[in-house]
Amino acid sequence: MSYPADLKYTKEHEWIRVDGSTGTIGITDFAQQQLGDVVYVELPDVGSTITAGQVFGTIESVKAVSELFAPVTGEVLETNGSLKDRPDHVNSKPHETWMVKVKLANAGDAGSLMDAAAYEQLIQK
Amino acid sequence: MKQVQFPALDTFAPRHIGPRGGDVAAMLEAVGAASLDALIDEAIPASIRLKAPLNLPEPESESTYLARLKTIAKKNKVFRSFIGLGYSDTLTPSVIRRCVFENPGWYTPYTPYQAEIAQGRLESLLNFQTMVVELTGMAVANASLLDEGTAAGEAMTLLHRVQGKKLGEANGTFLVSDRCFPQTVEVLRSRAEPLGIRLEIIRSDQMNFDAPEVFGALVQYPCEAGSLYDLKPFIDKAHAANVKVAVATDLLALALATSPGEAGADCVFGNSQRFGVPLGFGGPHAAFFATSQEFVRHMPGRVIGVSIDAHGHRAYRMSLQTREQHIRREKATSNICTAQALLANMAAMYAVYHGPEGIKAIATRVHAMTRALDGVLKTLGYQQQNQQYFDTLRVTADATRVGAVRDAAVAAGINFRYIGDSEIGVSFDETVTMADLKAVVDVFASAAQKGAGTVAIDSSTNGPTWPAALVRKSAYLTHQVFNLHRSESEMMRYIRSLERKDVGLDTSMIPLGSCTMKLNAASEMYPVSWEEFSRIHPFAPADQTGGYRQIIEELEAALCEITGFAAVSLQPNSGAQGEFAGLLVMRGYHQSRGEGARDVVLIPASAHGTNPASAIMAGFKVVVVATDPNGNVDVADLKKKAAEHAKDLAGLMITYPSTHGVFEDSIRDICATIHQYGGQVYMDGANMNAQVGLTSPATIGADLCHLNLHKTFAIPHGGGGPGMGPIGVAKHLVPFLPGHPLVSTRRGGSSDPPEAIPPVSAAPWGSASILLISYGYIRMLGGQGVTDATRFAILNANYLKSRLEKHYDVLYTRQNGRVAHEMIFDLRAFKSKGVEEGDVAKRLMDFGFHAPTVSFPVPGTLMIEPTESEPKAELDRFCEALIAIRREIEDVVTGKADPKDNVLRNAPHTAAAVSINEWSHPYSREQAAYPLPWVRAGKFWPSVGRIDNPYGDRNLICICPPMEAYA
Repeated sequence: MSYPADLKYTKEHEWIRVDGSTGTIGITDFAQQQLGDVVYVELPDVGSTITAGQVFGTIESVKAVSELFAPVTGEVLETNGSLKDRPDHVNSKPHETWMVKVKLANAGDAGSLMDAAAYEQLIQK
Repeated sequence: MKQVQFPALDTFAPRHIGPRGGDVAAMLEAVGAASLDALIDEAIPASIRLKAPLNLPEPESESTYLARLKTIAKKNKVFRSFIGLGYSDTLTPSVIRRCVFENPGWYTPYTPYQAEIAQGRLESLLNFQTMVVELTGMAVANASLLDEGTAAGEAMTLLHRVQGKKLGEANGTFLVSDRCFPQTVEVLRSRAEPLGIRLEIIRSDQMNFDAPEVFGALVQYPCEAGSLYDLKPFIDKAHAANVKVAVATDLLALALATSPGEAGADCVFGNSQRFGVPLGFGGPHAAFFATSQEFVRHMPGRVIGVSIDAHGHRAYRMSLQTREQHIRREKATSNICTAQALLANMAAMYAVYHGPEGIKAIATRVHAMTRALDGVLKTLGYQQQNQQYFDTLRVTADATRVGAVRDAAVAAGINFRYIGDSEIGVSFDETVTMADLKAVVDVFASAAQKGAGTVAIDSSTNGPTWPAALVRKSAYLTHQVFNLHRSESEMMRYIRSLERKDVGLDTSMIPLGSCTMKLNAASEMYPVSWEEFSRIHPFAPADQTGGYRQIIEELEAALCEITGFAAVSLQPNSGAQGEFAGLLVMRGYHQSRGEGARDVVLIPASAHGTNPASAIMAGFKVVVVATDPNGNVDVADLKKKAAEHAKDLAGLMITYPSTHGVFEDSIRDICATIHQYGGQVYMDGANMNAQVGLTSPATIGADLCHLNLHKTFAIPHGGGGPGMGPIGVAKHLVPFLPGHPLVSTRRGGSSDPPEAIPPVSAAPWGSASILLISYGYIRMLGGQGVTDATRFAILNANYLKSRLEKHYDVLYTRQNGRVAHEMIFDLRAFKSKGVEEGDVAKRLMDFGFHAPTVSFPVPGTLMIEPTESEPKAELDRFCEALIAIRREIEDVVTGKADPKDNVLRNAPHTAAAVSINEWSHPYSREQAAYPLPWVRAGKFWPSVGRIDNPYGDRNLICICPPMEAYA
């Protein structure tokens, strides 16, 4: 699977799509492969604030429970309710299955994250 | 040596140890060792060998042991105990006693990780969860916890976790009603303090919910003194202030009184013992734990769930395993590993046998007899304080009168609960007969100077003592399973139908690495159900428990001799709880020396997952030490990290021999390094079966350790518990061993020193009745026998290695190629060809074997531990199965077999799958079901195909499915 050029990536394997002041966040194809079958995603409340580099939720697969790290700081505008019934979408279409949308606290935050090429290099190591 | 005339022939050692006679010579030849002594010298470094043989009493033959134990048993006095406090005498239905409690088909299996060959007990544990859910009125329940005290600790930490948002950075305060059982409150202290949680013990009507740091509250229902009250106003008030509520309760009372769930509780727990599980001087019993759907993923312990198998049929499995410590380690929700599966199964079967109307009748009778006694007490002029009660009365009187009651009760062979010198608690149970009631009445009558038999007992007042609003109206035990099996024939067949689906040691060897699935001998097991041991209340007076005390003292002495330590505490109920207790001891020691700032524990990367989880629970920070390429602790990394933490190093947790099954040469250097920087060395005793009689924790340089009595010392695994995890400590740590609020566990009955840590278990000696098993193991084997057990465990492991290393890669050994009592086989090379370790595990089921330990401590591997109890013939069958599987792997690797449709991928094969009319697979039915000639004799058929794990975790169902699902 290719890594879309319009996304930015973290070394903890989250992606973010920035659209104006809104950031949409999910996990990468590499991350879902490592996790195996995803069975549950625990997300923050709408209205709460997530902080760049800090844990904002957990993702549970048959093999492990892992933490989700925020790529940016911001207020949670929306969470993906469909994950409740279809957590497997994280496996089948990782780059389309978003988890939270946030209002960016600092517009420039995402700028320091990796682009697709840099991320692909990271995961090939 | 003294000449013995007519020596007994029923000696135990040759029955316990598998290999014999010519087999040993053949096995030594296969491993290339000149003698068993030579092999042991090659497996264990010379520097840590014991200098002298163990000094233990001479072995007793099986019949001699049982005869002597009968005389010890008589030193326990079986009083009628009406003490209560969470322990009630019970009538274990004989069909359950014979077919479950005393049946190796139920007590020898392991925790049901290999679900396809554990459907029987998984169904029964699901019955347990369903029973708990329905009686408590909650949404979800787990498959049991160690005891009520630890369940309270888990309830507190669950509420603490889910209130994280409210608390922010604050540690929080947990309000505890002063009407909770005293032992529960003390166990809570051991759990709260290390986490910085403040406990406030206070009357429930004086609790202040408005303080922002208050996250939860705990009440007992009915309260410890027996009073039954309306929970709802309390819970509503707490919830209004965003305070969550945990309720400790009694399942039998809930048959008649409104459930905590209906009153809005967030978490409900208690002891299920009175559902047919003997008192046993404190255990083992199954605690239950239930919560709301919202918190299901925060629930501690094991949760049985419903999924489907490869053929789309309903199948049971353990769900939410990823929350367990073996995966989450220091981030785990708790360190719980062992539960109380056998006892949970007994309680569930009790509910299956009695059903809703039977349980209600039992509760009604207990309550009516309590009412009758209350009436008599009033007539006699006693003050009975409980207006509303279920089974417990609280009588107040002056000290003289209380003394008179006590004297008369002792003379009549009756125990009450005495609180101070002016209160008496009387707690009734289902075993109370009319004669018992009359005896109790006579005791109170004589203390009131009335003649025996002169007071009439009125049995006409029926119905509850509580208002209609508290009378239970909701149904319970509604599922069909609780409404089918009333006759003993049906019950026996139901139990047997489940048992047949499971592989225990009564079927074949269970080669689980790190689990030591050795023989649980019948002579060790017998006495557990003798009345003199099974009907003793944990808080019975010391002069009634002389037999138990003798056994405890002798067992402690033997374990001290075996570990080289100064004292042993038999309180912890599992290995993980032993770790927790040991770490609290370590913490107490540092604090006593003004070095409480030492809060870092070093743990090797290869450690069992409970180690980091326990360390966090005990208030420590975990620093992981690297493993070198040979699988040993990276000594350079350990020295570096110990030096970095010279100021705050509390200690090291290390398993020996290592979790990789190797005696590391550097162990003494490792322990010396930790001591050099002011730390203590905690040895995880999981692998003690490779040490006994040859080396010891003290010899390698450790300061304290736990012992898994259910591994090394023959207590059965019970299909996932019970267990026992006593800790042994060096002299300087003795004062810190756990105390108990109601019973002295110190030598000579002295009181606990101020240094003693709070209790980690509700009962003073944990699950005391199963200590008999380890005691019997040691007494029937003697010093030479327990040492030979170790030697043969090492021989069996090295024999397996020699036979299998030509077919599979062995991951770690000593430099000379020797392993200790277990070894790891590496399957990672086959993964890219489409064969995984899970395929091998499931394929072994088609041969009738339970898998070895899968992917621990190294992912993609199998860890095998044969134990000394397996004879050569069984080891050979197991090897032949693994060698045959290796050929099947090769067929997939070379492309001879279909990469997707092959015997490995489709394993296990059920009878239905093999006998289907349209056989479409490229391999034969014979290869599927009878891959080797000897499999035909006594073929074990897995009852379900490969279970779909993601399906079960995505569609979480933790109670029995509705009947239409069975269609």
